[in-house]
Amino acid sequence: MEDRERILKVLNAVSGKDLAPSDDESLFTSGLLDSFALADFVSGLEDEFGVRIPDSDLSARKFDTIQKVKEYLAAKR
Amino acid sequence: MAYLRAFGSWLPERIVTNEELAPQLGCTPEWILEMSGIRERRYAAADESVATLGLRAAEKCLSNAGIAASDIGFILVASGSSERFCPGPASEIAAKLGLTATPALDIPVASAGSLIGLALASQLAQQYGRMLVIGAEVMSRRVSLTPEGKNTAILFGDGAGACLVDANEGQLRIADSLLSTDGSSAEILAVENGQLRMEGQSVILQAARKLPRAISDLLARNSVAAESVEKFLLHQANLNLITRIAASLKAPAEKFFTNIDRYGNTSAASMLIAADEYFSVNPAHTGPIVFSAFGAGINWGALLAVPV
Repeated sequence: MEDRERILKVLNAVSGKDLAPSDDESLFTSGLLDSFALADFVSGLEDEFGVRIPDSDLSARKFDTIQKVKEYLAAKR
Repeated sequence: MAYLRAFGSWLPERIVTNEELAPQLGCTPEWILEMSGIRERRYAAADESVATLGLRAAEKCLSNAGIAASDIGFILVASGSSERFCPGPASEIAAKLGLTATPALDIPVASAGSLIGLALASQLAQQYGRMLVIGAEVMSRRVSLTPEGKNTAILFGDGAGACLVDANEGQLRIADSLLSTDGSSAEILAVENGQLRMEGQSVILQAARKLPRAISDLLARNSVAAESVEKFLLHQANLNLITRIAASLKAPAEKFFTNIDRYGNTSAASMLIAADEYFSVNPAHTGPIVFSAFGAGINWGALLAVPV
Protein backbone atom coordinates (compact mmCIF):
# COMPACT_ATOMS: atom_id res chain seq x y z
CA MET A 1 0.00 0.00 0.00
CA GLU A 2 1.26 3.49 -0.87
CA ASP A 3 2.05 5.94 1.89
CA ARG A 4 -0.92 8.12 0.91
CA GLU A 5 -3.33 5.21 1.33
CA ARG A 6 -1.83 4.26 4.68
CA ILE A 7 -2.03 7.86 5.90
CA LEU A 8 -5.65 8.08 4.73
CA LYS A 9 -6.41 4.83 6.55
CA VAL A 10 -5.19 6.35 9.82
CA LEU A 11 -6.91 9.64 9.09
CA ASN A 12 -10.29 8.09 8.37
CA ALA A 13 -10.06 5.82 11.40
CA VAL A 14 -9.32 8.81 13.65
CA SER A 15 -11.93 11.11 12.14
CA GLY A 16 -14.63 8.54 11.55
CA LYS A 17 -15.09 10.07 8.11
CA ASP A 18 -14.43 8.63 4.67
CA LEU A 19 -12.84 11.58 2.92
CA ALA A 20 -9.88 11.76 0.55
CA PRO A 21 -8.37 15.25 0.62
CA SER A 22 -5.75 16.20 -1.91
CA ASP A 23 -2.14 16.01 -0.77
CA ASP A 24 -1.82 19.75 -0.16
CA GLU A 25 -5.27 20.35 1.35
CA SER A 26 -5.36 21.35 5.00
CA LEU A 27 -6.59 18.47 7.12
CA PHE A 28 -8.02 20.99 9.58
CA THR A 29 -10.07 23.10 7.15
CA SER A 30 -11.19 19.95 5.33
CA GLY A 31 -12.88 18.86 8.54
CA LEU A 32 -10.88 15.68 9.01
CA LEU A 33 -8.86 16.84 12.01
CA ASP A 34 -9.34 19.10 14.97
CA SER A 35 -6.94 19.83 17.81
CA PHE A 36 -7.93 16.71 19.71
CA ALA A 37 -8.06 14.28 16.79
CA LEU A 38 -4.55 15.42 15.87
CA ALA A 39 -3.09 13.64 18.90
CA ASP A 40 -4.81 10.39 17.83
CA PHE A 41 -3.63 10.92 14.26
CA VAL A 42 0.00 11.20 15.37
CA SER A 43 -0.31 8.10 17.56
CA GLY A 44 -1.97 6.25 14.66
CA LEU A 45 0.89 7.18 12.34
CA GLU A 46 3.39 5.79 14.84
CA ASP A 47 1.53 2.48 14.91
CA GLU A 48 0.89 2.26 11.17
CA PHE A 49 4.42 3.16 10.09
CA GLY A 50 6.34 1.72 13.03
CA VAL A 51 8.06 5.00 13.80
CA ARG A 52 8.43 6.98 17.01
CA ILE A 53 7.52 10.65 16.73
CA PRO A 54 9.45 12.56 19.40
CA ASP A 55 7.91 15.40 21.40
CA SER A 56 10.20 17.86 19.65
CA ASP A 57 8.31 17.12 16.42
CA LEU A 58 4.85 17.65 17.92
CA SER A 59 3.91 20.71 15.92
CA ALA A 60 0.56 20.84 14.15
CA ARG A 61 2.31 22.43 11.16
CA LYS A 62 4.19 19.19 10.48
CA PHE A 63 1.01 17.16 10.17
CA ASP A 64 -1.57 19.47 8.64
CA THR A 65 -1.46 18.11 5.07
CA ILE A 66 -0.93 14.64 3.64
CA GLN A 67 2.07 15.94 1.70
CA LYS A 68 3.76 17.17 4.89
CA VAL A 69 3.05 13.87 6.61
CA LYS A 70 4.53 11.95 3.66
CA GLU A 71 7.66 14.08 3.73
CA TYR A 72 7.96 13.76 7.49
CA LEU A 73 7.66 9.99 7.39
CA ALA A 74 10.10 9.73 4.48
CA ALA A 75 12.66 11.68 6.49
CA LYS A 76 12.18 9.34 9.43
CA ARG A 77 13.13 6.27 7.40
CA MET B 1 8.04 16.83 55.01
CA ALA B 2 5.49 19.31 53.65
CA TYR B 3 1.74 19.33 53.88
CA LEU B 4 -1.17 20.93 52.03
CA ARG B 5 -2.83 22.76 54.88
CA ALA B 6 -5.42 25.09 53.34
CA PHE B 7 -6.68 26.57 50.09
CA GLY B 8 -8.48 29.75 49.11
CA SER B 9 -9.71 31.35 45.90
CA TRP B 10 -11.20 34.52 44.54
CA LEU B 11 -13.16 35.14 41.37
CA PRO B 12 -14.11 38.56 40.02
CA GLU B 13 -17.83 39.37 40.21
CA ARG B 14 -18.40 40.01 36.52
CA ILE B 15 -19.65 36.93 34.66
CA VAL B 16 -19.09 36.90 30.89
CA THR B 17 -21.27 34.31 29.20
CA ASN B 18 -20.73 32.73 25.80
CA GLU B 19 -23.82 34.63 24.69
CA GLU B 20 -22.13 37.94 25.54
CA LEU B 21 -18.77 36.99 24.08
CA ALA B 22 -19.80 35.30 20.84
CA PRO B 23 -20.95 38.41 18.89
CA GLN B 24 -17.65 40.17 19.57
CA LEU B 25 -15.73 37.14 18.31
CA GLY B 26 -17.86 36.41 15.27
CA CYS B 27 -18.91 32.95 16.43
CA THR B 28 -21.80 31.27 18.22
CA PRO B 29 -22.20 30.43 21.91
CA GLU B 30 -22.67 26.81 20.94
CA TRP B 31 -19.35 26.73 19.07
CA ILE B 32 -17.51 28.07 22.12
CA LEU B 33 -19.07 25.38 24.30
CA GLU B 34 -18.29 22.61 21.81
CA MET B 35 -14.66 23.68 21.37
CA SER B 36 -13.87 24.23 25.03
CA GLY B 37 -16.58 23.02 27.41
CA ILE B 38 -16.79 26.61 28.70
CA ARG B 39 -20.16 28.29 29.35
CA GLU B 40 -18.97 31.40 31.14
CA ARG B 41 -15.89 33.01 32.67
CA ARG B 42 -15.11 35.91 35.00
CA TYR B 43 -13.50 39.18 33.97
CA ALA B 44 -11.73 41.49 36.40
CA ALA B 45 -13.06 45.00 36.90
CA ALA B 46 -10.99 47.99 35.79
CA ASP B 47 -9.70 48.58 39.31
CA GLU B 48 -8.67 44.94 39.82
CA SER B 49 -5.23 43.55 39.01
CA VAL B 50 -3.26 40.32 39.31
CA ALA B 51 -2.06 41.49 42.71
CA THR B 52 -5.50 42.46 44.05
CA LEU B 53 -7.02 39.15 42.94
CA GLY B 54 -4.06 37.28 44.41
CA LEU B 55 -4.39 39.18 47.66
CA ARG B 56 -8.07 38.21 48.00
CA ALA B 57 -7.28 34.53 47.43
CA ALA B 58 -4.40 34.74 49.91
CA GLU B 59 -6.64 36.28 52.56
CA LYS B 60 -9.23 33.55 52.13
CA CYS B 61 -6.54 30.87 52.31
CA LEU B 62 -5.10 32.34 55.51
CA SER B 63 -8.59 32.60 56.98
CA ASN B 64 -9.28 28.95 56.11
CA ALA B 65 -6.00 27.97 57.77
CA GLY B 66 -6.70 30.12 60.81
CA ILE B 67 -3.35 31.85 60.74
CA ALA B 68 -2.17 35.44 60.35
CA ALA B 69 -0.13 36.77 57.44
CA SER B 70 2.75 37.29 59.85
CA ASP B 71 2.93 33.50 60.26
CA ILE B 72 3.94 33.04 56.60
CA GLY B 73 7.60 32.28 55.96
CA PHE B 74 7.70 32.68 52.19
CA ILE B 75 5.35 33.72 49.36
CA LEU B 76 5.42 32.37 45.80
CA VAL B 77 3.18 34.04 43.20
CA ALA B 78 2.60 32.41 39.81
CA SER B 79 1.23 34.51 36.97
CA GLY B 80 1.66 34.85 33.24
CA SER B 81 -0.44 38.00 32.97
CA SER B 82 0.99 40.40 35.55
CA GLU B 83 0.77 44.05 34.60
CA ARG B 84 4.44 44.64 35.39
CA PHE B 85 7.24 42.22 34.71
CA CYS B 86 9.67 43.44 37.34
CA PRO B 87 8.93 43.71 40.15
CA GLY B 88 6.00 41.40 39.65
CA PRO B 89 2.94 40.91 41.84
CA ALA B 90 4.64 38.92 44.64
CA SER B 91 6.16 41.91 46.42
CA GLU B 92 2.95 43.91 46.02
CA ILE B 93 0.86 41.12 47.54
CA ALA B 94 3.32 40.75 50.41
CA ALA B 95 3.14 44.47 51.09
CA LYS B 96 -0.68 44.44 50.99
CA LEU B 97 -0.58 41.59 53.52
CA GLY B 98 1.42 43.90 55.77
CA LEU B 99 4.67 41.99 55.35
CA THR B 100 7.84 44.03 54.99
CA ALA B 101 10.59 41.43 55.30
CA THR B 102 9.04 38.12 54.28
CA PRO B 103 10.57 36.85 51.03
CA ALA B 104 8.14 36.96 48.11
CA LEU B 105 9.10 35.58 44.71
CA ASP B 106 7.39 35.64 41.32
CA ILE B 107 7.02 32.62 39.08
CA PRO B 108 6.22 34.14 35.66
CA VAL B 109 4.87 30.94 34.14
CA ALA B 110 1.35 30.93 32.71
CA SER B 111 -0.75 27.87 33.52
CA ALA B 112 1.90 25.59 35.08
CA GLY B 113 3.19 28.26 37.48
CA SER B 114 1.14 27.22 40.50
CA LEU B 115 2.20 23.58 40.11
CA ILE B 116 5.82 24.75 40.06
CA GLY B 117 5.02 26.84 43.14
CA LEU B 118 3.65 23.84 45.04
CA ALA B 119 6.64 21.69 44.09
CA LEU B 120 9.11 24.38 45.17
CA ALA B 121 7.16 25.04 48.36
CA SER B 122 7.35 21.38 49.31
CA GLN B 123 11.15 21.66 49.26
CA LEU B 124 11.44 25.10 50.88
CA ALA B 125 8.96 24.45 53.70
CA GLN B 126 11.63 22.83 55.86
CA GLN B 127 13.55 26.10 55.93
CA TYR B 128 10.73 28.64 55.81
CA GLY B 129 7.94 26.86 57.67
CA ARG B 130 4.75 28.09 56.05
CA MET B 131 4.81 28.70 52.30
CA LEU B 132 1.96 30.62 50.69
CA VAL B 133 1.60 29.69 47.01
CA ILE B 134 -0.63 31.95 44.93
CA GLY B 135 -1.73 31.70 41.31
CA ALA B 136 -3.37 34.88 39.99
CA GLU B 137 -4.29 35.92 36.48
CA VAL B 138 -6.07 38.66 34.57
CA MET B 139 -5.97 36.89 31.22
CA SER B 140 -8.88 38.92 29.80
CA ARG B 141 -6.40 41.75 29.16
CA ARG B 142 -4.01 39.44 27.31
CA VAL B 143 -6.44 38.24 24.64
CA SER B 144 -7.92 39.97 21.62
CA LEU B 145 -11.71 40.16 21.76
CA THR B 146 -12.02 40.16 17.96
CA PRO B 147 -12.87 37.53 15.33
CA GLU B 148 -9.14 37.18 14.63
CA GLY B 149 -8.48 36.37 18.27
CA LYS B 150 -11.44 34.11 18.91
CA ASN B 151 -9.55 30.81 19.18
CA THR B 152 -7.74 32.17 22.22
CA ALA B 153 -10.30 34.63 23.57
CA ILE B 154 -13.00 31.99 24.06
CA LEU B 155 -10.81 30.10 26.52
CA PHE B 156 -9.58 32.52 29.13
CA GLY B 157 -10.92 34.05 32.31
CA ASP B 158 -9.63 35.84 35.39
CA GLY B 159 -9.23 34.62 38.95
CA ALA B 160 -6.88 33.64 41.74
CA GLY B 161 -6.19 30.66 43.96
CA ALA B 162 -3.91 30.09 46.93
CA CYS B 163 -2.51 27.22 48.94
CA LEU B 164 -0.74 27.15 52.28
CA VAL B 165 2.05 24.56 52.33
CA ASP B 166 3.09 23.87 55.91
CA ALA B 167 6.17 22.03 57.14
CA ASN B 168 4.33 20.52 60.09
CA GLU B 169 0.59 20.08 59.58
CA GLY B 170 -2.07 19.56 56.95
CA GLN B 171 -4.63 17.10 55.64
CA LEU B 172 -2.40 15.85 52.84
CA ARG B 173 1.34 15.24 52.68
CA ILE B 174 3.17 16.13 49.49
CA ALA B 175 4.75 12.79 48.65
CA ASP B 176 6.46 13.57 45.36
CA SER B 177 6.51 15.92 42.40
CA LEU B 178 7.79 15.86 38.86
CA LEU B 179 8.58 19.03 36.89
CA SER B 180 9.80 19.30 33.29
CA THR B 181 10.68 22.08 30.86
CA ASP B 182 11.13 21.88 27.09
CA GLY B 183 12.16 25.26 25.74
CA SER B 184 12.46 23.93 22.19
CA SER B 185 8.68 24.35 21.85
CA ALA B 186 8.40 27.62 23.76
CA GLU B 187 7.10 29.48 20.71
CA ILE B 188 3.76 27.69 20.70
CA LEU B 189 2.58 29.53 23.82
CA ALA B 190 3.86 32.92 24.93
CA VAL B 191 2.81 36.30 26.28
CA GLU B 192 4.58 38.93 24.22
CA ASN B 193 4.02 42.67 24.03
CA GLY B 194 1.10 42.29 26.38
CA GLN B 195 -0.77 39.75 24.27
CA LEU B 196 -1.11 36.00 24.52
CA ARG B 197 0.04 34.16 21.42
CA MET B 198 -0.89 30.51 21.16
CA GLU B 199 -0.70 27.79 18.52
CA GLY B 200 -3.67 25.97 19.99
CA GLN B 201 -3.37 22.80 17.94
CA SER B 202 0.28 22.32 18.87
CA VAL B 203 -0.40 23.14 22.51
CA ILE B 204 -3.12 20.50 22.68
CA LEU B 205 -0.92 18.00 20.85
CA GLN B 206 1.97 18.55 23.27
CA ALA B 207 -0.22 18.54 26.37
CA ALA B 208 -2.15 15.43 25.29
CA ARG B 209 1.12 13.54 25.20
CA LYS B 210 3.14 15.08 28.00
CA LEU B 211 0.60 15.22 30.82
CA PRO B 212 -0.50 11.56 30.81
CA ARG B 213 3.14 10.53 30.66
CA ALA B 214 4.11 12.79 33.58
CA ILE B 215 1.20 11.56 35.69
CA SER B 216 1.90 7.91 34.84
CA ASP B 217 5.59 8.26 35.68
CA LEU B 218 4.81 9.96 38.99
CA LEU B 219 2.25 7.33 39.97
CA ALA B 220 4.51 4.45 38.93
CA ARG B 221 7.51 5.61 40.90
CA ASN B 222 5.30 5.92 43.98
CA SER B 223 3.56 2.57 43.38
CA VAL B 224 0.16 4.25 43.16
CA ALA B 225 -2.45 2.88 40.74
CA ALA B 226 -4.53 5.41 38.82
CA GLU B 227 -7.71 3.71 40.03
CA SER B 228 -6.76 4.33 43.65
CA VAL B 229 -6.45 8.08 43.16
CA GLU B 230 -9.22 9.99 44.91
CA LYS B 231 -9.17 12.95 42.55
CA PHE B 232 -7.12 14.41 39.74
CA LEU B 233 -6.95 18.20 40.08
CA LEU B 234 -5.65 19.41 36.73
CA HIS B 235 -5.03 22.83 35.27
CA GLN B 236 -8.39 23.68 33.73
CA ALA B 237 -7.19 24.30 30.17
CA ASN B 238 -9.96 22.75 28.11
CA LEU B 239 -12.62 20.19 28.99
CA ASN B 240 -11.86 18.15 25.88
CA LEU B 241 -8.19 17.93 26.89
CA ILE B 242 -9.04 16.81 30.42
CA THR B 243 -11.33 14.12 29.00
CA ARG B 244 -8.56 12.96 26.70
CA ILE B 245 -6.03 12.78 29.53
CA ALA B 246 -8.47 10.69 31.58
CA ALA B 247 -8.85 8.29 28.66
CA SER B 248 -5.07 8.08 28.17
CA LEU B 249 -4.66 7.13 31.83
CA LYS B 250 -7.58 4.68 31.58
CA ALA B 251 -9.11 6.46 34.57
CA PRO B 252 -12.81 7.33 34.87
CA ALA B 253 -13.58 10.90 33.81
CA GLU B 254 -15.46 11.35 37.13
CA LYS B 255 -12.12 11.23 38.95
CA PHE B 256 -11.12 14.46 37.22
CA PHE B 257 -12.49 17.56 38.89
CA THR B 258 -13.69 20.23 36.46
CA ASN B 259 -15.03 23.72 36.89
CA ILE B 260 -13.91 25.06 33.53
CA ASP B 261 -17.53 25.42 32.43
CA ARG B 262 -17.95 28.26 34.97
CA TYR B 263 -14.55 29.96 34.99
CA GLY B 264 -12.85 29.13 31.70
CA ASN B 265 -9.09 28.73 31.66
CA THR B 266 -7.68 30.94 34.42
CA SER B 267 -4.13 29.87 33.59
CA ALA B 268 -1.87 29.67 36.65
CA ALA B 269 -4.84 30.25 38.96
CA SER B 270 -7.00 27.41 37.70
CA MET B 271 -5.50 24.42 39.51
CA LEU B 272 -5.62 26.16 42.89
CA ILE B 273 -9.17 27.41 42.32
CA ALA B 274 -10.16 23.85 41.43
CA ALA B 275 -8.43 22.53 44.56
CA ASP B 276 -10.15 25.10 46.78
CA GLU B 277 -13.57 24.21 45.37
CA TYR B 278 -12.96 20.47 45.61
CA PHE B 279 -11.57 20.46 49.15
CA SER B 280 -14.24 22.85 50.46
CA VAL B 281 -16.87 20.17 49.82
CA ASN B 282 -14.61 17.11 50.25
CA PRO B 283 -12.66 17.73 53.45
CA ALA B 284 -12.09 14.02 54.21
CA HIS B 285 -9.80 12.03 51.96
CA THR B 286 -10.12 8.47 50.69
CA GLY B 287 -6.96 8.31 48.62
CA PRO B 288 -4.13 10.18 46.95
CA ILE B 289 -4.68 13.47 45.12
CA VAL B 290 -2.86 14.18 41.86
CA PHE B 291 -2.19 17.73 40.69
CA SER B 292 -1.01 18.33 37.15
CA ALA B 293 -0.50 21.26 34.80
CA PHE B 294 0.95 22.23 31.44
CA GLY B 295 1.81 25.72 30.27
CA ALA B 296 4.12 28.31 28.81
CA GLY B 297 7.77 27.42 28.60
CA ILE B 298 6.82 24.68 27.87
CA ASN B 299 6.58 23.69 31.51
CA TRP B 300 4.62 20.74 32.77
CA GLY B 301 4.49 18.22 35.55
CA ALA B 302 2.54 16.54 38.31
CA LEU B 303 2.46 16.40 42.09
CA LEU B 304 1.25 13.62 44.35
CA ALA B 305 -0.32 14.31 47.76
CA VAL B 306 -1.37 11.50 50.10
CA PRO B 307 -3.76 11.55 53.07
CA VAL B 308 -2.08 11.84 56.47
